[in-house]
Amino acid sequence: MTGTGIGASIKRVEDQRFLTGNGSYTDDINRPGQAFAWILRSPHAHATINSVDTSGAEATPGVIAVLTGADMAADGVGGLPCGWQIHNKDGSPMAEPAHPPLAVSKVRYVGDQVAIVIAETRDVARDAAELIEVDYGLLPAVVDMDSALADGTLVHDDVPNNRCFDWEIGEKDTVDAAFADAQHVVSIDLVNNRLIPNAMEPRAAIAEFDRSTGQYTLHTTTQNPHVIRLLMGAFVLQIPEHKLRIVAPDVGGGFGSKIFHYAEEAILTWAAAKVHVPIKWTAERSESFATDAHGRDHETHAELALDADGNFLGLRVETKANVGSYLSTFGSSVPTYLYATLLAGVYTTPAIYAEVQTVFTNTAPVDAYRGAGRPECTYLLERLVTKAARQLGMDPAELRKQNMIQSDQYPYQTPVALQYDCGDTPASFESALKVADYLGFEKRRAAAEKTGKLRGIGISTYVEACGIAPSAVAGALGARAGLYESAQVRVHPTGSVTVYTGTHNHGQGHETTFAQLVSESFGIPADQVEISHGDTDQVQFGMGTYGSRSLAVGGPAILKACNKVIDKAKKIAAHIMEADVSDIEFADGKFTVAGTDKEMAFGEVSLAAYVPHNYPIEEIEPGLDENAFYDPLNFSFPGGAHICEVEVDPETGNVEIINFTAVDDVGRVVNPMIVEGQVHGGLAQGVGQALLEGCVYDDDGQLLTGSYMDYTMPRADNLPSFSVATQSVMGASNPLEVKGVGEVGAIGSPPAVVNAILDALAGLGVEDISMPATPQRVWQTIQDSSVRQAAE
Amino acid sequence: MYEFNYQKAGSADDAASAVSSAEDGRFLAGGMTLIPTLKQRLAQPSDLVDLAGLGDLVGIEDGGNSVTIKAMTRHVDVANSDVVKSKIPALASLADNIGDPQVRNRGTIGGSLANNDPAADYPAAVLGLNAIVITNQREIAAEDYFDGMFTTALEEGELITAVRFPVPDKAAYKKFPNPASRYALVGVMVAQTDGETRVAVTGAGQDGVFRAGDIESALSGNWSAEAAKGVTMSDDGLNSDIHASAEYRAHLISVMASRAVDAAG
Repeated sequence: MTGTGIGASIKRVEDQRFLTGNGSYTDDINRPGQAFAWILRSPHAHATINSVDTSGAEATPGVIAVLTGADMAADGVGGLPCGWQIHNKDGSPMAEPAHPPLAVSKVRYVGDQVAIVIAETRDVARDAAELIEVDYGLLPAVVDMDSALADGTLVHDDVPNNRCFDWEIGEKDTVDAAFADAQHVVSIDLVNNRLIPNAMEPRAAIAEFDRSTGQYTLHTTTQNPHVIRLLMGAFVLQIPEHKLRIVAPDVGGGFGSKIFHYAEEAILTWAAAKVHVPIKWTAERSESFATDAHGRDHETHAELALDADGNFLGLRVETKANVGSYLSTFGSSVPTYLYATLLAGVYTTPAIYAEVQTVFTNTAPVDAYRGAGRPECTYLLERLVTKAARQLGMDPAELRKQNMIQSDQYPYQTPVALQYDCGDTPASFESALKVADYLGFEKRRAAAEKTGKLRGIGISTYVEACGIAPSAVAGALGARAGLYESAQVRVHPTGSVTVYTGTHNHGQGHETTFAQLVSESFGIPADQVEISHGDTDQVQFGMGTYGSRSLAVGGPAILKACNKVIDKAKKIAAHIMEADVSDIEFADGKFTVAGTDKEMAFGEVSLAAYVPHNYPIEEIEPGLDENAFYDPLNFSFPGGAHICEVEVDPETGNVEIINFTAVDDVGRVVNPMIVEGQVHGGLAQGVGQALLEGCVYDDDGQLLTGSYMDYTMPRADNLPSFSVATQSVMGASNPLEVKGVGEVGAIGSPPAVVNAILDALAGLGVEDISMPATPQRVWQTIQDSSVRQAAE
Repeated sequence: MYEFNYQKAGSADDAASAVSSAEDGRFLAGGMTLIPTLKQRLAQPSDLVDLAGLGDLVGIEDGGNSVTIKAMTRHVDVANSDVVKSKIPALASLADNIGDPQVRNRGTIGGSLANNDPAADYPAAVLGLNAIVITNQREIAAEDYFDGMFTTALEEGELITAVRFPVPDKAAYKKFPNPASRYALVGVMVAQTDGETRVAVTGAGQDGVFRAGDIESALSGNWSAEAAKGVTMSDDGLNSDIHASAEYRAHLISVMASRAVDAAG
């Protein structure tokens, strides 16, 4: 046994270089003769571009070129595409207004790209950019969704009412009938707060064009280099794939925000062929705040119908989702198929109907952010169910249990398209209740009261769909790409291995986890395995990393390729050991002949494959190097239960998280330490959404939370010592039996935190509070509460 | 940042004359505000005169009934000073909670006071403890020094060299941090010195640090947390932003004052 296979908590191998400052990020890379770019951005949320005078900038010493949207349009450069087509209720396709990489006639949000200045140094480029004179014709900005839908102001002249689409899922009539029979109807209005991703590494890119070969190379901070090659090459710049190489080296966090094909990638690549020098661009933090695609931003009204005993009969949901100024790569799929298809949650609600309108506004594009649709859905359901329990006078834990899908009901077909393959939420929930000492809570509440604190407990039970995605299903729902994954497993002559994966590691620990898969498969130590990713010239193909897909979709591709290697190696071993291939067994890194003491180590067989002195050359080609593609049968469905306990200081409104318990079902766990770390990170982001983070634009579309002075990121002292456990039902939709862990923390936790706050404030008559529950908001809610008002 | 001339001063007097003779000169102390401002291109000085390494501007002196802290003394050194900890523990504790460890290891008391950020901590200490700001030209009473946000009594080329704090009978500082920046949303220094009660508030006022007269009156007759909490502060002249309304800030002033009184004993 190697001790480095599936289930081993080995340390992350990539951390050696990250923690010692030896990572190689895009901005660390320098190309000979490179120039630097500064992107001139719109200071206005909404304006026509009447003219752009670049002469002052062009005359600045050290400036190589100044290019505008007009130059790009003259070259016939296409707009940035959207990867998922949604249809309206009437069957017509969604509005897809043009998204020019450099704005042409109009700017539509603060940060929109207006011109690129390419110069010998970054400072010269920036100085020169200040000399560009843009004559803007100011237009009124539409920032909130209600005004956008009502207002005469149009973000895109060809999109009436700024409505991107009006979509529905589920059966309206069945739901109406359920409500007609209901004894209780519980309704709720919620905002799912807009978030700014804040990856540690800002976006960056270096574009090069080799005149002698016609080859383009783009180093960029992306989570999916092949997708960028496909989108930018085919739809924007018309560069054939064999002439376009995308490299995503070490990337310092993405959380979804680096999935999308951004304008700067296209602008730089296009410009590189004009100036014939490599061009480097690195976003300043202020640019990241303004222009990285934001997350969430939903407004929802929902109603739950229950019978006299508290059984759920039906759910009706109306959501408005802000897509920002332009449709980002997956902006249309997040508030639809990644959101409303989960509205059954962990419950047996028999009838569900949801309507989603998406709205253009003069704000940054909105797209997937850790969880992408599922946190919005979970927040809605878990707030609503908790409210129902209070309204019916029931214990929120008991109401959940009563309506929960039981383990023997899987596979479970929901009324909103998805079929959950497996799970056991009641079991995770029971564990979480026990760990959190749910039954002992009232004693702790009483003890806190003596110190002047209001203590509350909140529950969230959730399921999510990830492992994106079964290609046929995704295609039927409008995805314009297949979402399988590929792997190449190359065994070297002496038995070490390089794996080429189409997924991308930007903090997840793939270089460790994937090596453990190979270690398990080949019976060799994980340190004999190198995981290579990120370079389209090295890796055959892939769809990248998002939607907790890397292990669930990329992992089985590696496993398939490993199995092909073993099949071939068995034939080689059979030849050398003069046995029939059916008698060759492979275990613990050794090929043996059944019933004999003959054996060959893995490395001996690989050497024979590459040094074929005694080799069945007529039957088998030399080498030990196999490719595989894997397309999952279904999404995977992690889930579980989160329980949060808070104390509110009623004098200041400050909320302290005292305990947080997470029991998650993530299927098979390959590296328990990495899984725990992923849950911790997700919980930190979930707590961030619940208590701290909120993107604010003013009425003119200026970003008020454009720096860390005003946008609150979670810090260590905002977080408790998490109590984290996994309680897994092995996954049923892929051969590794994994489900995915990258997003569960961010999906499950926000409602647990908010429900805890509401429980703490319930004695004051408080029924609602919005995220982020900042001290000011909590204090104001207490002041406005019915009990306080009555006292005054 | 834009280009500027960098000058390294040989002495406090050299520094003052270098700034005076420059077209638009600025002193560079710890740089914890100035450097980010330059990086964002929000300032374009012609010259930066670096005060780092001027030995006569660093150090803490025990004057018996006063403590003098020289201008280029870093927050971390104030926080860790035995003299400050024993004579004015409220000041050591205040310094120990400014910004983060990086800021405390670069930022200086003189730099903070010259900048007079309306949410900085030190202005509350200087006004609450009735300190004297000493410059290369004169001594300025706390009362006369602060002149609205980011504005002080300092003249062109005038350099803070030290701050002299009278030793209070009792004092404490409590702040409620802005959740994002961790600057003071409201910070309150309460002090009793030679029978005088002072309550100085930072973070809340549109004109920067100010004395909360109503709380001072309440505490003068009854030094107790309840007395402070009982004062309803007016929200006139208080800041209102996405983090805190003026009303919330007014409320927090009483709460932080009462907690400071509790801590001061």
